Amino acid sequence: MTTMSLSKALNEGMRKAMEDDPKVLIMGEDVGKLGGVFRVTDGLQKDFGEDRVIDTPLAESGIIGTAIGLALRGYRPVCEIQFDGFVFPAADQIITQLAKMPMRSLGAIKLPVVVRIPCGGGIGAVEHHSESPEAYFTHTAGLRVVACSNPADAYTMIQQAIRSDDPVIFFEPKRRYWEKADVDTSSADWWTPLHAARTVRQGSDVTLLAYGPMVKTCLEAAAAAAEDGRSLEVIDLRSLNPLDEPAVMDSVRRTGRAVIVHEAPVNSGFGAELAARITERCFYHLEAPVLRAGGFSTPYPPSKLEEHYLPDLDRVLDAVDRTFGY
Amino acid sequence: MTTDASRGAEAPPDLVQLLTPEGERVEHPDYDIDLTPEEVRSLYRDLVLVRRIDLEAVALQRQGELGIWASLLGQEAAQIGSGRALTDADMAFPTYREHGVAWCRDVDPVKLLGLFRGVNHGGWDPKEHNFHLYTIVIGSQTLHAVGYAMGIQRDDANAATIVYFGDGATSQGDVNESFIWASVFNAPIVFFCQNNQWAISEPLERQTRIPLYRRASGFGFPGIRVDGNDVFACLAVTRKALEAARTGQGPTLVEAFTYRMGAHTTTDDPTRYRVASELEAWKLKDPIERVKAYLFKNEHADQEFFDSVAAEADQLGADLRRRCLALPDPGPLAIFDHVYSEPHALMEQERAQFAAYLEGFQA
Repeated sequence: MTTMSLSKALNEGMRKAMEDDPKVLIMGEDVGKLGGVFRVTDGLQKDFGEDRVIDTPLAESGIIGTAIGLALRGYRPVCEIQFDGFVFPAADQIITQLAKMPMRSLGAIKLPVVVRIPCGGGIGAVEHHSESPEAYFTHTAGLRVVACSNPADAYTMIQQAIRSDDPVIFFEPKRRYWEKADVDTSSADWWTPLHAARTVRQGSDVTLLAYGPMVKTCLEAAAAAAEDGRSLEVIDLRSLNPLDEPAVMDSVRRTGRAVIVHEAPVNSGFGAELAARITERCFYHLEAPVLRAGGFSTPYPPSKLEEHYLPDLDRVLDAVDRTFGY
Repeated sequence: MTTDASRGAEAPPDLVQLLTPEGERVEHPDYDIDLTPEEVRSLYRDLVLVRRIDLEAVALQRQGELGIWASLLGQEAAQIGSGRALTDADMAFPTYREHGVAWCRDVDPVKLLGLFRGVNHGGWDPKEHNFHLYTIVIGSQTLHAVGYAMGIQRDDANAATIVYFGDGATSQGDVNESFIWASVFNAPIVFFCQNNQWAISEPLERQTRIPLYRRASGFGFPGIRVDGNDVFACLAVTRKALEAARTGQGPTLVEAFTYRMGAHTTTDDPTRYRVASELEAWKLKDPIERVKAYLFKNEHADQEFFDSVAAEADQLGADLRRRCLALPDPGPLAIFDHVYSEPHALMEQERAQFAAYLEGFQA
């Protein structure tokens, strides 16, 4: 058991994947000598060389497009998109090529490409550096979409994503990069499957559903609610596509109330899909409509306003309170 | 901007040509090719057969058997010349018009029809033929090709990649990014641009102010303009560019100067935007007629040979038609096939729901 930051856990996970499989490559802007702007790839180029840790030209479509070509040749590229807001120049390659090519080939082609995206706000950044674009990708068939929330998951999930024969969009909560926790790097026996959700706090009154950066916020909200005598269950979804429906539905059927929390705008966000599925599967168990606490349906605001924009403990508890108003 | 009614009627500057439209062999200081009569007859056969495949596909579309078809008419020499320059180990990335290159890569022509008939999105295994799927979004495949070439580098393999695209594609960001990538990584790739003068209705002048082959110098690698209707020159130039790629000399841009004799696709009507005299001028440069003239003049083939190729073409066309009509429609549950390579809960859920829904109609 080692204590490490989420950033370091990703680094160690990628290092292990590169040791295990010589076909694994890292590519992206500044991932080599610099080790990435968040240092997630720190030291990998020094140890694995420039052919395996590739500092690319500054063009996101090029990163994903050439990663597809490398995957066609048998490699397993792990691409870093430097910030969430920079993924859109690569959108065509991700949505039109990466996601669809295996189906277009009637299964002859597999594209084991991982696209790592630091996501979310809360770090006081300038515009385009704080976004949560997950719904664009969960809407695209052919992609798997996951989000880690803590160092232990970061270490295992990045390795599982790299081993997947499907393309994986891998969201990393950038404001949690420096938070530390224990990680067991000794064996894979304890690993949760990549597409399983995890109940991170048990409760009986309301189910909080979150992923990535909002898991910690929900845990804090649950601790605060406990002081008021409310028992909140917190589920870390971990995988958005596919969704671990049984885990979600089992919990909501027990509690009868659900609040979905994400940083992305509520309007047409991933929570909308989740709320619809819960309503369809758990209709007779619900004591209240499924509520959502999320970013406003606006562009991400200037950083002086982001504390108002982002859901926090109080916004989560406000939604929880409202579920008791029906 | 003006529309030049004589577009392409004169040979453009810097054109590598080894066989004139009249069938005369000419020398070029940098490029030459030594072909046996047998090899020339084989190239002639390729040209005729792929034109026949194309003609049959156009007819199948006109009769409602294909939803759409993108004709290669006029571009046979560019495709056969470059396609026959490839070794088995080389990898080709096509657009959606490279039926001639597909022929060179031994892809069964009926497999090309699946996409256009709507029974699949691509019906061959790219690894089996070293011929990637058709790519419809313009220029996207250039990046895949460069990535593949970077893989060849890492494998230290004796192979190169060729990627096909058109004059319109040169305006795409992905194509320009692929030039940068190939250049800075010295990737073993040949960029084979078939400049057929038209991007649907937009003439070359809407894509560029300089000859396309000269774009390469700005990216730091050689660019060559070849007569795209001259199969000898296309073969010679592509061979040399591929060999340069295989031997660590990096990318080359080949601009094959040719002409789209037909419509962009079967849904297009070129009479709305181009003049008939232009087509007439290019008919005099037909890629097949010049090879026939060469074979005749040099007594490398007799009428019996030409008749036998024509008969083979007719047989190929009839066979293609028969097999196109016999292509089975996929079953409804095929919608869910191959979306993911590994099991996926949502796919299984929706497949089961839809199967149950369909069974409801059986009762």
